[in-house]
Amino acid sequence: MKYTRAFTAVGLNSMKIAVLSGKGGTGKTLVSVNLAAAAEKAAYVDCDIEEPNGNLFFKAENIIENDVNVKIPEVDKSLCNGCRKCVDFCKFNALAYIKELIVFEEVCHSCGGCMLVCPENAITEKDEPVGKIKKGISDGVCVYTGIMNIGEASGVPIIKKLLSFEKSEGNKLTIIDSPPGSACNVMESIQDVDYCVLVAEPTLFGVHNLSMVHELVKIFNKPFGAVLNKSLDGENPAEKYCKDNNIKILAKIPYDTELGKLNSEGEIIVRNGEKYRDMFSTLLNKVIEEVQNAATVNT
Amino acid sequence: MKIAIPTVEKTLNSNVSPSFGRAEYFLIYDTETKESLFVENTAKDSRGGAGIKAAQIVIDNKAKALLTPRLGENAAEVLKSSNMNIYKSIEGTAEKNIEAFTGGKLSLLGEIHEGFHGRGLK
Amino acid sequence: MRQLLILSGKGGTGKTTVASAFIKLADAKAYADCDVDAPNLHLISDWKEEPEMADYFGLPKAHIDNEKCISCDICRQHCRFDAISNIDDKYRVDPFSCEGCSVCEYVCPQGAINMLPSIDGELMLYQSDERVFSTAQLKMGSGTSGLLVTEVKKRMKEKAPNTDMAIIDGSPGIGCPVIASLSGVDMVLIVAEPSISGISDMERIISTAKGFEVLIAVCINKYDTNLEKTKEIEEYCKEKGLPFVGKIPFDLDAVKAVNSGKTIVDIDCASGEAVKYIYDGTMDLLLNGK
Repeated sequence: MKYTRAFTAVGLNSMKIAVLSGKGGTGKTLVSVNLAAAAEKAAYVDCDIEEPNGNLFFKAENIIENDVNVKIPEVDKSLCNGCRKCVDFCKFNALAYIKELIVFEEVCHSCGGCMLVCPENAITEKDEPVGKIKKGISDGVCVYTGIMNIGEASGVPIIKKLLSFEKSEGNKLTIIDSPPGSACNVMESIQDVDYCVLVAEPTLFGVHNLSMVHELVKIFNKPFGAVLNKSLDGENPAEKYCKDNNIKILAKIPYDTELGKLNSEGEIIVRNGEKYRDMFSTLLNKVIEEVQNAATVNT
Repeated sequence: MKIAIPTVEKTLNSNVSPSFGRAEYFLIYDTETKESLFVENTAKDSRGGAGIKAAQIVIDNKAKALLTPRLGENAAEVLKSSNMNIYKSIEGTAEKNIEAFTGGKLSLLGEIHEGFHGRGLK
Repeated sequence: MRQLLILSGKGGTGKTTVASAFIKLADAKAYADCDVDAPNLHLISDWKEEPEMADYFGLPKAHIDNEKCISCDICRQHCRFDAISNIDDKYRVDPFSCEGCSVCEYVCPQGAINMLPSIDGELMLYQSDERVFSTAQLKMGSGTSGLLVTEVKKRMKEKAPNTDMAIIDGSPGIGCPVIASLSGVDMVLIVAEPSISGISDMERIISTAKGFEVLIAVCINKYDTNLEKTKEIEEYCKEKGLPFVGKIPFDLDAVKAVNSGKTIVDIDCASGEAVKYIYDGTMDLLLNGK
């Protein structure tokens, strides 16, 4: 029998919503930041660890910072006999042996293999920082940010730690700003979510990338809906894609120069106008309704 | 002494490879005996850390000098630990570079670039 | 072959829009799309021919032979990537989480685990007598994008060895595909967005690119959406000694052009005019600068 997660009615306080887009620049951060701000109390989690932008908007205070560490091998030279079994085992080429063993930390994936294969037990592990996670508060929104150090191989450990830290802080409505694309970082960010909001822009490029995240959320069996951002009059290829593929359109955010300007200034638009607050409150309610519906269908 | 040159093909007439870590072959040339040995670069298809593995190959083949157009910092670290001299190669064939080297016309490689840092992987 | 790479840091600034215009203006004989995560250039490139396809293999992934498995759980306990699960007493490797380290293969007492080749993407090569266009699509969830980018560039160079200039459409961010695409290029044109996020990302991409021996120039797209931020970028360039090669206004005609598969220099529009000016400035630097 296939394993399915048993949904009970998903309470507002434990609801997790991810905002994705196949393409960068479509408005993921706009939507996720403003959804979090529109809710009364919420957590905003910035999983776009290569270019984290959410806090540029929230400007959160009381920052807590924690390092994210991964385990890197360390060799005891007195025990190492130069057999090179570890060098040969490493699938990532993170080790070299010249006169002694050299470890390349940014290439290492912390799999622990070298430690296992060493016949002399010469290898142990130490903690090395690969990034940081930060937490701050901005008017009722708990802002969690993950940042990856430039040069690191993988963002997955940072996203993992960021999400588990946020989870450990108790139940609240959580909005996750996923990285763009559909690669490993994105997958990590949506592991535990109840719903995915796909943000699309009305261009041919946008549609191609929308189709990729669409595939992704289907593979992961997540309920989803679309938000069409920067909507203009006339033909919208993203709208057509949604209609052709039975994707529910949750909202259309019109192209609005005032909104664009506020956003470019780093302003949270729901904190800058009644009409924007209404727009995002309506969207938030719609998403919550969709999550409850999806939960009912699955039980 | 043996010098190493990353090449595109298995001949002295081959152009020098633009990449060290992902070169097709390494020419190991003995300046005394004038013998050439072409070693396949098994690192070239690695998903990440190619420079590291390539450097190990060159060292294991007993080269004391490397002629290359560029080098990433991981590969450089491996090579430096074996005290290898690294020279900047010139445009053209491996043969041309050997001549330039034996004629003392090559200068040491000044700039080491950041390389890929294993970003070939996740 | 001189290579021009177009980058942005932030997504959605207009890299592909600018790159496609440049390709048209230069009548480029060799070009590539290195945004292997989300390639877009093929959507506005006019090729009638079908591309040559090739599989791209990533790191082999672990497979458990359930016939040999005795459910000892040793593999799952050793997997650092949570890739092994035991569902209904059947052990399975999640190919999306598996990083190919082969520790499970090593520790399995029954030899029930093997590392098997895994297709991580597809390479596509468009060719006609003179032109070549190399691109690829990374399979969803895959890693190994740096190597795929290197492959894309390599194939372009192999098929057009005598071309003197190549244009490469890069990818957003500062990660794997970007670093790999920077290697060996002669010049980077950064397409910046006049917004707080855009400037922050532009600064990160500039510091990443500075590590390579490349000429860096900056232009701004949709500049009139925020004139103060545009000015900020221009001043930043002056301060850092980076050539500023021009700015493109927000243009609805550009959206229309792109949506009908055309570049902005195929139609008469404000953004097309502006990009021509940027093209001239960029080419001047590429061919004469440094």
